[in-house]
Amino acid sequence: MIYADAVIIGAGPSGLTAAKELLTAGVNVTLIDRNMSLGGQLIKQTHKFFGSESEHASKRGIDIKQILLNDLVPYKESLIILSKTTVVGLYKDKVIACLRGDTYFKVKAKTIIIATGASEKSIPFENNDLPGVYAAGAVQTLMNEYGVKPGNEVLMVGSGNIGLIVTYQLMQAGIKVKAILEAAPKISGYLVHASKVRRLGVPIHTKTSIKRALGKDPVEGAILWDLDEDWQGIQGSEREIKVDTICISVGLAPLVELLEQIGAKVEYIRELGGNVPIINDAYETTIEGVFACGDAAGIEEASSAMVEGRIAGLGALRTLGIAQTEENTKVTDLHKKLGALRDGPHGAKVKAGYMKRRVMHD
Amino acid sequence: MRIKTHPILEFETRKSIPFTFNGNTLYGLEGDTVASALHANGIKKLSESIHLKRSRGFFCAIGNCASCNMVVNGKPNTRTCITPLEENMIVESQSGKGVIL
Repeated sequence: MIYADAVIIGAGPSGLTAAKELLTAGVNVTLIDRNMSLGGQLIKQTHKFFGSESEHASKRGIDIKQILLNDLVPYKESLIILSKTTVVGLYKDKVIACLRGDTYFKVKAKTIIIATGASEKSIPFENNDLPGVYAAGAVQTLMNEYGVKPGNEVLMVGSGNIGLIVTYQLMQAGIKVKAILEAAPKISGYLVHASKVRRLGVPIHTKTSIKRALGKDPVEGAILWDLDEDWQGIQGSEREIKVDTICISVGLAPLVELLEQIGAKVEYIRELGGNVPIINDAYETTIEGVFACGDAAGIEEASSAMVEGRIAGLGALRTLGIAQTEENTKVTDLHKKLGALRDGPHGAKVKAGYMKRRVMHD
Repeated sequence: MRIKTHPILEFETRKSIPFTFNGNTLYGLEGDTVASALHANGIKKLSESIHLKRSRGFFCAIGNCASCNMVVNGKPNTRTCITPLEENMIVESQSGKGVIL
């Protein structure tokens, strides 16, 4: 058994900012991540971020990753990084079971921050399991991390920001995107992203969905159809499109398995992406000293994840009994920052989700 | 299937790594995962569904979904999308749940 003070599971944007908050206060931090390199999904984000200056707006995700990692370098004496390590069990007495290669070991923590991120959702349609039907983020990984093309002609299902941004990134890699489908009557991502890909000649079809993928191994095309007011496919509106890759970009679901294992209360809140932990304003779960932040606490985006990580880090400081009064002011400021990031029509959904969660918590 | 030029990213020249897929020798590049190396070789089918034996490729590419499970160096249920490619690795398609012992 390894004894640790603060353990952070997941070294993405929220895990890394949580680490910095604890390290600057003089706490020994153990950072566990299952990947080879740290940074979570920032590693494949070649686009420039929106959000606020203090969360590195206008910089590319890949560069933000480097900034967040560099921030930890001065504290390397008090930081243990366990990469290529998967947490396979989490227990109420804050024992963390880990697997690194074929080696199994346990870590006992005083406080735990769970920043495990999210997984991509799919939608039901015939043949949605064929090779060549990929999550949009998977295609981003394949292209931007490994330099491999997913195919030559792509159909993008979903017009949220991920769908729009990945469309642009596919084009940057020299791949043709034949169409973007959106089941809703309106494009769901930012207009600035949508306009960009439209200007480059990619049509966005609203009130349209995929009925069936064609081919066997791999995909050779798709049947599209129009949707009526009740989101049902309209018979007779079917048409065929020839593609070798179908990208699914229909949202994310928080990875809450570890939170469920440790017995933290988890409830379904649609606006936050599915099952999410019930947390208080300090991002503490219903288990004392166990925090959740970033996409694991509710789907949003990287800028707010970075702020949430800091709040969770400050909460963990309090668990360890070393929080100062100035930390309270810090938390208030960070909440203001979150409020600003969630302002505007695109943040309304998340805000509604937070309202629901507050009611459930009380 | 490799990206040759990119406006933002630079893919430097990487060492070529031999491995076998179902007995045939293929080449990937240093830094590849097993799944990215196979994809670069045009191989999208990685496994089969357990009961209906339908073709499966990867879905998430970050180790969440297990759609890319294969037998690597004799070890079944290896998530090939997050397994770094190594020289002379033996990669095989997996059918069924995989047997360890």
